[in-house]
Amino acid sequence: MTFADWISQPVNWVFLIISVAVLVSGFRVVTSKNLVHAALFLVGALAGTAGLFLLLSAEFVAWVLVLVYIGAVVVLFLFGIMITRAPTGFDEGLDADHKAMPAILAAGVFLMMAWSSVDAFGAELISSTGSPTSTELIGESLLGRFVIPFEVVSFVLLAALIGGITIARRDLTPLEEEERGAV
Amino acid sequence: MVSAVFKLALIAAEEGEHVEVRAGDGGFWADTAGIMLVLPVIAFLVILVVGKRMKYKGGEIAVAALAINLVWASALFILNATGGVIDQTTFEIGRIGSGLVFELGWLVDGLSILMFWLVNFVGLLVFIYALGYMHGDRRVDWFFAAFSLFAGAMLILVGAPNLIQLIIGWEGVGLASYFLIGFYWEDLANVKAGNKAFMVNKLADVGLVLGAILVGVALGTWDFGAIDLAAFAGNAELAAVAGVGGLLLFIGAMGKSAQFPFHIWLPDAMAGPTPVSALMHAATMVTAGIYLMARLFPLFEYMASNVRTIMIVIGTITLFGVGLLAIVANDIKKVLAYSTVSQLGYMMTALAAGGYTAGLFHLFTHAAFKALLFLCAGSVIHAVHSNNMSDMGGLRKYTPTTFWTWIVGALALSGIGLSGFWSKDEILGTLSQSGYEAVMWISVAGAFVTAFYMARATFLTFFGTYKGEGEPHESPKIMTVPLVILAVPSALMGVLNIPGLTYGRVQNFTEWLSVRLVPMGDHHAETIDWGLAIIGLAAALLGVLVGYVIYFKDAETQLERDSFEVPLLFPLLRKKYYIDDLALGIVGLFTGPFARFVNWTNTYVIDSIPNAIGGSVKALGGFVYGILDQKGVDGVFNGLSAATDGAGSVVRKWQTGRVQQYAASFVAGALILVALFVFVI
Amino acid sequence: MMLTQFLVLAAALFAMGVYGLLVRRNIVLILLSVELMLNAVNINLVAFEAYLVTPEAIGQIFAIFVITVAAAEVGIGLAIVLMIFRNRKSANVDDLSLMRW
Repeated sequence: MTFADWISQPVNWVFLIISVAVLVSGFRVVTSKNLVHAALFLVGALAGTAGLFLLLSAEFVAWVLVLVYIGAVVVLFLFGIMITRAPTGFDEGLDADHKAMPAILAAGVFLMMAWSSVDAFGAELISSTGSPTSTELIGESLLGRFVIPFEVVSFVLLAALIGGITIARRDLTPLEEEERGAV
Repeated sequence: MVSAVFKLALIAAEEGEHVEVRAGDGGFWADTAGIMLVLPVIAFLVILVVGKRMKYKGGEIAVAALAINLVWASALFILNATGGVIDQTTFEIGRIGSGLVFELGWLVDGLSILMFWLVNFVGLLVFIYALGYMHGDRRVDWFFAAFSLFAGAMLILVGAPNLIQLIIGWEGVGLASYFLIGFYWEDLANVKAGNKAFMVNKLADVGLVLGAILVGVALGTWDFGAIDLAAFAGNAELAAVAGVGGLLLFIGAMGKSAQFPFHIWLPDAMAGPTPVSALMHAATMVTAGIYLMARLFPLFEYMASNVRTIMIVIGTITLFGVGLLAIVANDIKKVLAYSTVSQLGYMMTALAAGGYTAGLFHLFTHAAFKALLFLCAGSVIHAVHSNNMSDMGGLRKYTPTTFWTWIVGALALSGIGLSGFWSKDEILGTLSQSGYEAVMWISVAGAFVTAFYMARATFLTFFGTYKGEGEPHESPKIMTVPLVILAVPSALMGVLNIPGLTYGRVQNFTEWLSVRLVPMGDHHAETIDWGLAIIGLAAALLGVLVGYVIYFKDAETQLERDSFEVPLLFPLLRKKYYIDDLALGIVGLFTGPFARFVNWTNTYVIDSIPNAIGGSVKALGGFVYGILDQKGVDGVFNGLSAATDGAGSVVRKWQTGRVQQYAASFVAGALILVALFVFVI
Repeated sequence: MMLTQFLVLAAALFAMGVYGLLVRRNIVLILLSVELMLNAVNINLVAFEAYLVTPEAIGQIFAIFVITVAAAEVGIGLAIVLMIFRNRKSANVDDLSLMRW
């Protein structure tokens, strides 16, 4: 399949536009000098990813992504930024001094993965576009074949919940201790 | 064992070779005369062992030895006086090839008998005196030991039958002299005086030994009898070496008998105790040179006549020049020392002029009165505790015995009436008879000088007022009795040799002396030459008079005595003609650089080997320690630990504690592994 | 649509996440980069599902699980960041270098 053929399919235009957006957002996440901008660019990346999921007939996953990731996680991040009193403006000292090695490593990772992908799958086509994956299917799968991982993940969430609270709990100051005791 | 030589002489006599052996062989006394030579040496050893514990610290043994010796000496003397003794006993010690023979033993003839008697008699008196003089002093036992050694060596010298034994005795007296001059060695000056005496004598002894070798090798024997016979008979081999050999032997005699310029040791030798000065440096040791000349008189008389000219010149210089030095001496012993040298000059001059009897007679009278004068000086020093005449004066009141015996000795020395007069007169007679008129007049002048300085010494010491503190006291009897005894021969010995006078069977001194294997052929007067006698006496009296004028009057009135001065001459005399400075300078030229050269050789050449060995061993040790052990062995271990340490310090820097670095390492590692799997496997 | 275009995209996102992980100084931003990486993984999973069309939609299920765990992880992570900030008054990862030589 030549590039001309590929670009003639409207799906691929959409893909192209969304992937450019995702890539740019992702790039800005790791290179932005502004802390909050970085978090927000993550939102952009995640949104674009959701769009890609739609293209791949994974509607439920796309929606979960938006709900959980964007809706909760990024908010959590913003809270974390605010609580750690990170400077909300332009901050020069955000990146490490030596960027060469990480860049090389990242490039190496990309190249290796890309090459092995291309080498393995070449010009394979995804055929099932257009027919959405039914949520019923996912539900049945989750509680059917994957019920144990499902339960385990809920334990993980519980542990994370308790753990989070425990870790982040503030010890009472002696004054507050006295107040509580007196009361 | 009767020697072959004596037999030779007898044979020669029997065959009528102009040799008159008109003597007996001395019998028992001559055969055992060797006991005189040996006894003092045994006394020396005994005193060294037991002397400390005895009351007089070994002095008793020394006195006993000489007393026993005196018995033999007296017996031999009587035998010689009444008939003459010639005998020789020798024992062969070694042999060179078929020719030269080394013998030790004793020779008994007129000359040696008289010398035996002199040494033992004067020695005994001096020893008794020393018992008192040295009492309470330090190292008295060593004193008597060394003194006995000296007496033994002198007797060995005098009784020597050949040149070899004479040299042995010669060195022996030199050794004893060294010990005794440096007796008070705590004082460096005394040690230096002893060294000086020994060294000057050693220098002269070169001549002695060379001369002896020359004569012995030429003639094939060292025996005195053989030499006498050969000289008398005009032996050709001996005649060839007689000149040089005689001169060399004379040089040896110059050293011992302090002839100019070897006289420099004798004044310094006064550093020894006074008995030593009395016996050794007046009566006996210094006369050894004269004795040698007398013993070899036939050699000089019949063969080496030209040496005698040199002898006369030196003797004359000695008697006059050194005599002058006595005028400016302040130390009483130094006056007597210079006087001794001067009188030795007289003796040497007399012998050189052919006066065998004259010279020897003067030797004997001199021994008596000079020993007496020295002992008086010792008595005076003992009373005043000082040697210097400037500390004395008026002692005539305090020490009368010493004073009168001194007067006897002084008159004898000056040649006024007593024994010295006769012996000096004999010398003058010999000189004029041999045709040495000039020398005779110089001797007369010398007599004037002698009287002058003796007068000076007498007046400064015994007259006037005492310059010291307190009251000096007379010496104890043990010291004054020998003085009195010695005064007798000093006064009366002259009668033994009045020319032309003999005493029946005993004859006179001349005859006693002439008992030798060959006739001496010397000139001696048969009658008194009154002209010479008066001249000599007049010179002496003039000297006394001038001395009286200058010193007696001054002594009474002036506080500062001895201020008489002859410009130019006296300063020169005080510097002793600069001879001492010259000698020290010459020696100093050699000793300094030589000593430094020897020291350099020792340090750099001789020590270099042990130093090098030591240094290399040290370096080796240092190498083994520093390099092999420290750097090599330890280096390996140190290196290992350092390498480990270094590796650790490099590796631990990987643990930066920074998470992102760890993450980067993960990624890199993962990348590599994956690449490995993808591309390789 | 080709499979590889999604895979390459995912690889690029993943690489960017790695870069951010290694470069960023602020701990929160490091966690942000981790989220990016997890997101890339999700894309990969869903793309493979679309390619293979399994009966139970395994890829998508896994993507859901990944999202869930990521959320839990972010919760805990931020709690830890909070504690670190309380103790050290700084959210700079270079200051957390006690465990070193």
